[in-house]
Amino acid sequence: MADTAALENSKKIQTLRTSPASLLWAAFEAGSVAGAVELREVPFLTMAGIRVDPGGDAGKRLGKRTGGLPAASGEVRSIGDTAALWLGPAEFLLVAPAESHDSLGGEIPRALTDALGDAEGQVVDLSANRTTLELSGPRARAVLEKGCALDLHPRVFTAGTALSTEIGGIPAILWKTAEETYRIFPRASFAEFLGRWLLDAMREFASTEVP
Amino acid sequence: MLLIPCPNCGPRDETEFHYGGQAHVPYPENPADLTDREWAEYLFYRDNTKGAFAERWQHSTGCRQWFNMLRDTVTYDIQAVYPMGQLRPATGTTAPTVTSPVSPEGAVK
Ligand SMILES: [Zn+2]
Repeated sequence: MADTAALENSKKIQTLRTSPASLLWAAFEAGSVAGAVELREVPFLTMAGIRVDPGGDAGKRLGKRTGGLPAASGEVRSIGDTAALWLGPAEFLLVAPAESHDSLGGEIPRALTDALGDAEGQVVDLSANRTTLELSGPRARAVLEKGCALDLHPRVFTAGTALSTEIGGIPAILWKTAEETYRIFPRASFAEFLGRWLLDAMREFASTEVP
Repeated sequence: MLLIPCPNCGPRDETEFHYGGQAHVPYPENPADLTDREWAEYLFYRDNTKGAFAERWQHSTGCRQWFNMLRDTVTYDIQAVYPMGQLRPATGTTAPTVTSPVSPEGAVK
């Protein structure tokens, strides 16, 4: 954004934002079990929905910042901390840090809209559509397995894979970012429900294991 | 719970899918030429097959794509999954299909 005054004003407005799961931050901290499973919200990540034929010229232009668009279910393409998740054969979700948003001086989604140009497809700013819950630790998989029917065994669900599925009975995107770290994208209106569901599923790991 | 093999995502729980009813019901070429009864039959009358039934499904929680599926309505055995627009594949052993030439209200199809 060229207009510095507008950018300053925009940054001021951003400080007034409340993230969808913010009311649970204290509960997340209290419910996290160090060395077993921990939960936190990563608020305000920049997200953009992309619908385009990945094989066409526009698809190639839109894939530039992530090393191409993912080609099949589960695939994630990324460069640095900007990633494109496969949602469908012609539908992708671009995820980037909060400060990549053009209202904070970044260039997403404006640059994507420019990249699409007049070609068939769409770029939509979805940054407020979902929030991000990050579940990590050696028992994170056990927590997820209580409410997700996918095969989450590391042999099948490898780090760097993202799938759109159901967790705790609600639709969400599950992205395994590292061997013991999962990013979960529920829609904003499901954030509190899923946060509480995860806290409940984590609770057993706070007590000592009964042999 | 059915485990439905999505052509894009692989096997997923039935709850991730949206049912789209009977497949291969073509939109009338000239809807304006249809009588009210014919139009009503196009809109509302569907086969009530015992055995292999071709139906449409959408993977609503996953890739959001539509596809056709051949499912046995007695055994729930999923016999085939094929793209929209493709003809119904030949089936193996299925329960006999009874097609009534007469709709419940007596109009000949
Ligand atoms: Zn699918």
